[in-house]
Amino acid sequence: MKIGIIGAVAGLCNGLFGSGGGIIVVPSMIYLLKVEEHDAHATAIAVILPLSLASILIYFTNNYFDWNIVWKVCAGSVLGAGLGARLLPKIPVGILSRIFAVFMIMAGLRMLF
Amino acid sequence: MILFLIGLASGIVSGMGMGGGTILIPALIFLAGVPQHLAQSVNLSVFFPASICALWIHTKNKHVRYKLALKIIVVGVVGSLIGSVIAVSMSTQILRKLFGVFILAMGVYELFRKTNDKDKK
Repeated sequence: MKIGIIGAVAGLCNGLFGSGGGIIVVPSMIYLLKVEEHDAHATAIAVILPLSLASILIYFTNNYFDWNIVWKVCAGSVLGAGLGARLLPKIPVGILSRIFAVFMIMAGLRMLF
Repeated sequence: MILFLIGLASGIVSGMGMGGGTILIPALIFLAGVPQHLAQSVNLSVFFPASICALWIHTKNKHVRYKLALKIIVVGVVGSLIGSVIAVSMSTQILRKLFGVFILAMGVYELFRKTNDKDKK
């Protein structure tokens, strides 16, 4: 039952907002299903991949897809992911995630008003 | 060039284990002028290459609980299809406002979440 609700909420967000599946799946696996944190992060990736594939299929068939943007962002993001993993032990994650949180709140407010 | 730099920044963030997409989508919209729906589809696509690599490594290290994943996926895929159909049938303005509420909530959650810096080291 819990698993079904987690899947439904994560799926709906993944499709509707094109993001946020992981932000839902990871904490709900940790707190509701008592999965160990490292396993939760790893399992979340296995979950989000097919969900994103399903979502992108709908976006693609409705012409919301642009290779020209995708490959440029992709190139940067792959490079950045490697860099980020290497930087991780050297940075105060707690402070940085607070800074990002403020950015998200500002972006959210700007989209609303 | 701006697209590459936005990708780089969001890649660094997600490489550090923080939601890259919630940063990437607003960055594409505000800095590169990408429309809402397209920004969302870019984020969905960009997820694949890095996460396939990550999944491969996590699988080798036996951290992926595939049985549990499969159960979540079965319901999740149906949710994704429904969510996407709703998204593509929405106007840009309405989707943008909904997305605004979503990242506002995620931002507030992230701001007050207990972080365990000791675990990361």
